[in-house]
Amino acid sequence: MTSRSHLTIGVAIATAGALALTACGSGSSADGGSAGGSGSITVYNAQHESLTQEWVDAFTKQTGIKVTVRNGSDTELSNQLMQEGAASPADVFLTENSPAMTQVENAGLFADVDNATLDQVPAEFRPSTGKWTGIAARSTVLVYDKRKVQPNQLPASMLDLAKPEWKGRWAASPSGADFQAIVSALLELKGEAVTKDWLTAMKTNAKVYKGNSTAMKAVNSGEVETALIYHYYYYGDQAKTGENSANVGTHYFKNEDPGAFVSVSGGGVLKSSKNAAAAQSLLKFITGKTGQEVLQKGTSFEYAVGSDVPSNAALVPLKDLQAPKVDPAKLNSATVTDLMTQAGLL
Amino acid sequence: MTTDLTAPGAHRATDTGTAPTPGPGTRPGPASGRRRPPVLAVIAVLIALFSLMPLGYVVAMTVATGWDTAVALIFRARVGELLLNTILLMVLSVPLCLVLGVGGAWLVERTQLRGSRFWALALAAPLAIPAFVNSYGWVSAVPSLAGLWSGVLISVLSYFPLVYIPAAATLSRLDPSLEESAAALGLGPWQVFRRVVLPQLRLAMTGGALLVGLHLLAEYGAFAMIRFDTFTTAIMVQYQSTFNGAAGNMLASVLVVLCLLLLVAEVRSRGTARYARVGSGGQAAPGRMPLRRLHVPAQLALLLLVVLAVGVPMWFVVRWVVLGGSAIWAPDELVPALVQTLLYGVAGAAATTLVAFPMAFLAVRRPSWFTRSLELSNYVTSSMPGIVVGLAFVTVSIRFLPGVYQTAFVLVAAYVLLFLPRALVSLRSGLAQAPRELEEAAQALGVPPLLAFAKVTLRLAAPAAAGGAALVFLAIVNELTATLLLSPNGTRTLATEFWAKSSEIDYAGAAPYALLMVVLSAPMTYLLFQQSKKAAGQ
Repeated sequence: MTSRSHLTIGVAIATAGALALTACGSGSSADGGSAGGSGSITVYNAQHESLTQEWVDAFTKQTGIKVTVRNGSDTELSNQLMQEGAASPADVFLTENSPAMTQVENAGLFADVDNATLDQVPAEFRPSTGKWTGIAARSTVLVYDKRKVQPNQLPASMLDLAKPEWKGRWAASPSGADFQAIVSALLELKGEAVTKDWLTAMKTNAKVYKGNSTAMKAVNSGEVETALIYHYYYYGDQAKTGENSANVGTHYFKNEDPGAFVSVSGGGVLKSSKNAAAAQSLLKFITGKTGQEVLQKGTSFEYAVGSDVPSNAALVPLKDLQAPKVDPAKLNSATVTDLMTQAGLL
Repeated sequence: MTTDLTAPGAHRATDTGTAPTPGPGTRPGPASGRRRPPVLAVIAVLIALFSLMPLGYVVAMTVATGWDTAVALIFRARVGELLLNTILLMVLSVPLCLVLGVGGAWLVERTQLRGSRFWALALAAPLAIPAFVNSYGWVSAVPSLAGLWSGVLISVLSYFPLVYIPAAATLSRLDPSLEESAAALGLGPWQVFRRVVLPQLRLAMTGGALLVGLHLLAEYGAFAMIRFDTFTTAIMVQYQSTFNGAAGNMLASVLVVLCLLLLVAEVRSRGTARYARVGSGGQAAPGRMPLRRLHVPAQLALLLLVVLAVGVPMWFVVRWVVLGGSAIWAPDELVPALVQTLLYGVAGAAATTLVAFPMAFLAVRRPSWFTRSLELSNYVTSSMPGIVVGLAFVTVSIRFLPGVYQTAFVLVAAYVLLFLPRALVSLRSGLAQAPRELEEAAQALGVPPLLAFAKVTLRLAAPAAAGGAALVFLAIVNELTATLLLSPNGTRTLATEFWAKSSEIDYAGAAPYALLMVVLSAPMTYLLFQQSKKAAGQ
């Protein structure tokens, strides 16, 4: 074999490789003729990958529509969508929390959600504008180390965590969208001054972890006494082996405290979608009976919000949580990121 | 970031023995040669401009942010914390890497250590374990691992081979007559080491230290896992909250300044002394010192080091694989990730080698101020962390190149840029060792110039090119940061899949991906080790 053919082969491999990668990477592009005849869509997903995968697999099985998923976090993907604008490859956007949905809505990038879909979800779990809808819900909870903390020693309000006696005794994951949603609720309920003070105190008081599951694991292993996270990390681990939650108790603040905030996970269809019908049908599927039963019976332990499907029986019922009334459309993520950057948490 | 042994420092360190063939560049080439370079030169300039894009991005973003906002975002307490973390990490880790790297190299190469051939390879083995897998192993062993000292532990265990390999390569070819003379003049063994051996290791040490420093600045996964915040982890957090927001961009500009400062520091500490052998005749093999009473402690120290750097992470990877059982080998996730990784590795390696060619060719055949400045641009590029390259590429493609946005081309282009030095160094030494006279002889025998070049020079340079390509492949398999930002929709590589699972503390689920990365990396690391020996031996 001559050296020239070596070179040619090199070029060929590089080109073929790149083409192959393009082909398997963007399976969404022009694949109009798949089984159901309804093509394929791309989902920008900030929900837990495993949950969305369950939804998407069931959806594809039912409709034949192929779904490509890009995973990221709430405000990463919302900001990405805003920069992509009309050229976005995304058809559907799913989040863990609503502030990112509001951001995209305010940028005018969402199409109206089909009425049939909205009818499946009670008004309290979606914005009045009808530009997106709730697809699931999660509650704030303070998990604590049962070996070190007695229930009567727990704070009555999330705001108490700013007090000096809680210095070094609680953990959180400020880089996550979950925590930032809790802060956005605090901002909406108590205003900027209170939020700023609370975040400044948090910088001194809190131990910072990356991810709620890591924070809970730290409580379980005795590294820190409590952690402010969402409820389903606890139930998910209990349902598996309990290895990261065996020593953990849950404390719901209730009493309409900012710490009793129930966050709505959202789903919306992009105006720029080239396959809007398929995109709308995914949203309808997720909020429909089959989609909500994935929440009820699956391993996500998030609350079901649509089609009158009850939530998983292991959970504290939503109506008992005494959550504060917050209009999801008013939660502001940009101010939250700025305040947290100012406080030195980001 | 992955281990990039052939970035500028190591290149000088391992490449010192590859003297260019006498002649090329000093006299005018054949007629055909004069026609070829302009085209190549244009291509090389374009590549250099392309490779400076991340730097341009950071400058443009700083300007676009506006003075007041930039000042507010740069001069804040958080940046001070990150700076302190970074400086402490450097000040503690780099000297430890130097001590372990040089100490290990000296034991292996210059003492009568039993099993020195085994230890020579064992000390390079940590390079086959990506730093974030090392961190994962250690966090499994000690779940409370966090903060500065944990950062130092993981960094030193992951990166000391970056000093060890060039140091060992240099030690194995030192001219013993210098040491003999020093000893004859009355210096004790320790003084000989300090005053004669150590100065000759200067290039290997400064080059290795630079590489360690650049890795410390660029690493994301390993530090994120142990909750140690550096500029790179903070930029990633900003990215996850704001995509390419101003605060993240300003952190990136500080990070880039730190990288450039490291480059300058390395150039300044390289020194100007030369230690070349000018005498005629062959060079004797360096002598080996008996260890006597120190033999057992030396063996134990090496054993401890290898157990900590390789044993602990691998034990826990295997333990999770065993605990996870068959459930964690989900072929519908594992197979696509493996295939994607291999495809990206191969495509990236081929593309990088091709792109490196014009620069390597000009550097060897037309050395001048022009090619040296091209190399300088490449030197700067090689210091850019994956997070900065990722940010630059995602922003530029989204705004100016919507046609390639979120395609594999962007990710492959980022790989080319990140790992160009690896291919370049190998290719250049390969071309330098292909005597131009052979090509000229072929031409004199009537072979057309281009064909002569292809049949003679390319053929001779092919093994070196393949070696460089293998190193690029190794780097791509273990790349996490830029891949996280630039992957096309639906694409998962071994590294990103590992990261997704371990972030959800599904350590068992992450284990097969860690194992596959190590298995793919091991032969490449062996190759790298062999190559460094060979380069130094010539």
